[in-house]
Amino acid sequence: MTGFEGTAALARLAVRRDRVRLTVWLLGVSGISYFAGNAMATTFPTPQSIQVYGASASRSAALIALSGPPIALDTLAGIVLNKVELMTVLGVSLMAVFEVVRHTRGEEEEGRTELVRAGVVGRHAGGAAALLVASAAALLMGVLVALALAGASVPAGSSVLYGAATAGLGLVFAGIGLCLAQVFTHARAALGAAMAILGAASLLRAVGDVRGDALVWASPIGWSQATHVLGRERWWPLVVCVVAWLVLAAAAVRLSGRRDVGAGLVAARDGAPEAGPLLSGPLGLAVRLQRATVVAWAAGVFLVAAMFGSLTKAVGEMARDNPAIVTYMRATGQGTFVDAFLATMMLAIALLASGFAVSSALRLHAEESSGRAEAVLATGMSRARWVAGDLTVTVVGTALLLVAGGFGLGLAYGLVAGGPGQMPRLAALELLYLPAVLSLAGLAVLLDGWRPEWVGVAWAGLGACFVIGWLGPLLDLPQWVSNLSPFTHVPHVPVAAATWAGPSYTLLAAALLVALGWAGLRRRDLPR
Amino acid sequence: MTAVISTRGLVKRFGSTVALDGLDLEVGPGEVHGFLGPNGAGKSTTIRILLGLLRADAGEVRLLDGDPWRDAATLHRRLAYVPGEVNLWPNLTGGEVIDLLGRLRGGLDPKRRAALLERFELDPSKRCRSYSKGNRQKVALVAALASRVELLLLDEPTAGLDPLMEAAFEDWVRNGAGDGTTVLLSSHILSEVEELCDRVSIIRAGRTVQTGSLTELRHLTRTTVVVETVGDADGVASVPGVANLRHRDGKVGFDVDSDHLDEAMSYLAGLQIRSLVSHPPTLEELFLRQYGDRVDITPVPGRKAAR
Repeated sequence: MTGFEGTAALARLAVRRDRVRLTVWLLGVSGISYFAGNAMATTFPTPQSIQVYGASASRSAALIALSGPPIALDTLAGIVLNKVELMTVLGVSLMAVFEVVRHTRGEEEEGRTELVRAGVVGRHAGGAAALLVASAAALLMGVLVALALAGASVPAGSSVLYGAATAGLGLVFAGIGLCLAQVFTHARAALGAAMAILGAASLLRAVGDVRGDALVWASPIGWSQATHVLGRERWWPLVVCVVAWLVLAAAAVRLSGRRDVGAGLVAARDGAPEAGPLLSGPLGLAVRLQRATVVAWAAGVFLVAAMFGSLTKAVGEMARDNPAIVTYMRATGQGTFVDAFLATMMLAIALLASGFAVSSALRLHAEESSGRAEAVLATGMSRARWVAGDLTVTVVGTALLLVAGGFGLGLAYGLVAGGPGQMPRLAALELLYLPAVLSLAGLAVLLDGWRPEWVGVAWAGLGACFVIGWLGPLLDLPQWVSNLSPFTHVPHVPVAAATWAGPSYTLLAAALLVALGWAGLRRRDLPR
Repeated sequence: MTAVISTRGLVKRFGSTVALDGLDLEVGPGEVHGFLGPNGAGKSTTIRILLGLLRADAGEVRLLDGDPWRDAATLHRRLAYVPGEVNLWPNLTGGEVIDLLGRLRGGLDPKRRAALLERFELDPSKRCRSYSKGNRQKVALVAALASRVELLLLDEPTAGLDPLMEAAFEDWVRNGAGDGTTVLLSSHILSEVEELCDRVSIIRAGRTVQTGSLTELRHLTRTTVVVETVGDADGVASVPGVANLRHRDGKVGFDVDSDHLDEAMSYLAGLQIRSLVSHPPTLEELFLRQYGDRVDITPVPGRKAAR
């Protein structure tokens, strides 16, 4: 076929460049599935304990909203699948999207595509190679996850179906990534749009599952979960995934046929010929560079939180139907049904905001490696003011995101059930997470100061906080490991009372991390 | 008068790579100083040390009577820099970048800004992502030249510019230098350096191998002579100081040390000269000689060039 010459060579290049990256993704997700699965056997040693948990979990709106439909939660295998679900869903979708965008728009933006396309390489070869590699990685992740689950007390047949469903979801997101890479001129924008679609897909599925209606079919995650592993198991929903993959690939070919190398489908507009008063100092520059990102994130977090909040009515109704569970939760210190749900959602919002905080703190590093920091530091701007300008935006932006999340959650909760006082209340409570989120930003600054080549570890830190916060109790981690996550030290509001001790210490730790990072930044070569 | 830039024995290592190995550089006030060397010789590293972006491992460095590492931001108000590779914020316009960098330096001259935009034919309302390499270079140049500063650090400033724009740049620097601005110009375009610079330093593998005014450097080296005579001129090779004898189109060409030019001319006079062209070494020849290469050489077979 013309237009695809050189696909195989480019696919090999992508595999060669990403052999470490892909190995980490694949072993990370399947490895955690394996250990989490096996930990479940120790957490629930008796059939009785499984029964008790299953009865409560099947009714937990938070669990349904974040993981998926409650299936076979009165069995160990069902609990295992339910617990690893969120991680495998995020793991395979993010891996597929990152992989495709990195090798298409990312390469194009760096100008390397031009060099490659000048060779005997077809117009569609780059996209095809990226799609093939990402899809193969998704399939491999499916195989590894199936193996991991089979090794963790899930029946072999069900493990295979679950692995296939995971791979199917990865295929869909690889296709989505490929289309977005055609539309946007910048890899960052394409990734941002992909995150928004992943968020929307999660929300549609969450709402559909909590309400128990057909809305789940509007979401690719819903297709993959429609396989009903351990329930009425069926393979045909995966056909939808494969068809979607083919349609998206064909759409990407159409889109890329309509644009030039380096161009997007959205044309750039002219801007101001002179700088406005904002662009006069380090803070103004940082604000200008990040404000669009902050606004987009805040809108996204607000919408996600509002969607969570709108579920509270359904959650309350579940509680009314099951007075026994309400009693059980009170007894185990989990507060009211709705409060427990809100608490989990507030943690989820904080973890979401952490994504912004880390990427914002890493802007220092991005500015350095792109060579732009050099231009700025060769002027009268000192390193201290440069760092302070960027980090101010990180701190204020993160606080804005948390308040937006609290407002969204409180607004929707207030409208459906709680009354008007919920909006300021939940926004204030959400701010208790600010120090914890900022300490991840602090970790990023620390790494940038001393080991700039390792800044990616800050993302791993966020991943670790997610695993500790979400799976920690089940993995039966030693307390000191849980204590490593700053989120462990935030009171579980609104179930627990708001206290300032934990957040204050965490804030101190965040400040210390930034100070240590600055000590490195001020004395090292820049750019290095 | 004290030097504007002065480094002595500058050493910089990156891991096991030695980028600078005892570099000396001296640039006086008001001087336009050419900074030459092949790729990887350490030109950009030197400039980044002068900017306090990198810290020297050993040696002394003074810039505008200050310590570039310690007083970086203060000193930067008095200088402007054009980096070798210009990267700009894709979502800001060229005009915004020019104003931003100017303001961060402590202000720019709006009249100069307008004049430069016109001279370089740059549209300031385009976003940086849509600029070509040459246009990005222009943005950096306008940003640097629009401020009234004492020192310009220019790292291959005309890379990517077309010849018309190169000429515009040369014009501007000549006029700026008239104001007493000191310029350190790192460049590969030797004609540009020859055109603009009072003095040059040639560096190689992190060391200064030659420094001085162009006249001094030329004096140290040889004049090229191409001559047509009635008699056989090959014997000129035996005159001391003559090297690289070659034949072309019935003419004989050779290089001669400036000190021995007189003797060579006396020898040739006896052979009835029909035509004679002589020119001082071009900077290109100076430069290539430093690196052991030769321009346009056809050595006479069987004869070893005298050195």
